[in-house]
Amino acid sequence: MGAFDWTVIIKNMPFFMKGLLTTFELALVAISGGLFFGMLVGMARLSHIKLIYYPATIFVNFFRSLPLLLVIFWFYFLVPIIAGRPLGDFVSASVAFVVFEAAYFAEIVRAGIQSISKGQEQAAYSTGFTYAQTMRYIILPQAMRNMVPSLITQTVVVFQDTSLAYVIGLKEFLRSASIVDAREMKSLEIYAFIGLVYFIFCFVMSRFSKKLEAKRGAAK
Amino acid sequence: MLSYNFNWSVIWTEPYGGWMLQGIWTTISLGFISWCIALTLGIIIGTMRITPWKPIRFLATAYTEFFRDIPLLVQLFFWYFAAPSILPGFIERFLYRELPNFEFWVVVVGLSLYTSSRVAEQVRAGMQSIPTDQYYAALSTGFTHLQTYRYIIIPLAVRIMIPPLTTECLTVFKNTSLAMTVGVLETTFMSQQIEAYTFRGIEATTAASLAYMVITLMVVLIMGLIEKRLAVPGLITRRR
Repeated sequence: MGAFDWTVIIKNMPFFMKGLLTTFELALVAISGGLFFGMLVGMARLSHIKLIYYPATIFVNFFRSLPLLLVIFWFYFLVPIIAGRPLGDFVSASVAFVVFEAAYFAEIVRAGIQSISKGQEQAAYSTGFTYAQTMRYIILPQAMRNMVPSLITQTVVVFQDTSLAYVIGLKEFLRSASIVDAREMKSLEIYAFIGLVYFIFCFVMSRFSKKLEAKRGAAK
Repeated sequence: MLSYNFNWSVIWTEPYGGWMLQGIWTTISLGFISWCIALTLGIIIGTMRITPWKPIRFLATAYTEFFRDIPLLVQLFFWYFAAPSILPGFIERFLYRELPNFEFWVVVVGLSLYTSSRVAEQVRAGMQSIPTDQYYAALSTGFTHLQTYRYIIIPLAVRIMIPPLTTECLTVFKNTSLAMTVGVLETTFMSQQIEAYTFRGIEATTAASLAYMVITLMVVLIMGLIEKRLAVPGLITRRR
């Protein structure tokens, strides 16, 4: 109880900003890596070749049935064993996020590709394009445009998810807050502040996504 | 490269096997209670979002945006560390010292508020996906506003909402894993405790993963049964 003491926020601002930077770095790695592998897996999910289709499908369903927290722990234990030496929190968190988010991005990519009519693909083949060319020049550019709103939504989700890296001790935004809280004992001010920062970023992004969707709807 | 000796017996030897089962039970009860509350709240908020009254719509929209745009973990920390300090001293003392399972109930509050905002979105989308023609057709046959909702709109919307709500229900069970951060002894917590005692991180985490997969599968099966029971032939074809 008593008066709020917001000076605690200002006093520790550099520390918070360092945490926020780590959060952004992790989110950037997770989104770019997840999108890249998600695109490959998403295409594999539409393959007619069973040897490609089944592993991709199993991969997606497996990671979508697990909590992210467990996946983070998984790679926290696995990465040092595979690498043969400890690589640090950031690397193992990055690997976990890329693999986990790839499964979610894959589903978005799959839906995006499926939203392009079959005729486009057949037309591309009939002009002599190979599979790779068809994807590269015809299907993916169009599919990407359809995917943009869901991709932005997923970006917001990934950004929020990075807070879970807290559990392995990575000093991202939430962990930096809890460190400051342990020292200053000002839980209310600190958690209200970081909640607000997350809220502003996510709110702006989701508004942006809604705007894009509305624009796309109008263009159709 | 890969020099790791597996020792799977840590999963079932005493006392670790018992811990695991206890953790799974906590996960299930946490998920179930939170889901029931979230569903009820979500239906109320979702309905508020499509009422013709602007202030109510605004309130409901603010609610969903607020809870959706803050990470669940931050919300849990807020409820656990920060929220009790706003309350009068004697309540705060009661919560921290006397209420058994305080952590558990904090997570129930946090998880169900967070999930209710997501459920509300699905409810709104489901209701809005019913073409207005249905509504006018019902009115023109002499139904009142209430009857239209009771007999036409809601029965249709519920069937459309089931697949996305299944996804949300799965998300609840997966999100219960975050409860470990505030000290609820659920599956993930137990697996990490086994790791702390035995250094068998991979085995313990695998056991927890299997537990979550079984829970996920059960939810999918139950929701599939409900969907099948409610299905109206020829009305809505399942997306496959």
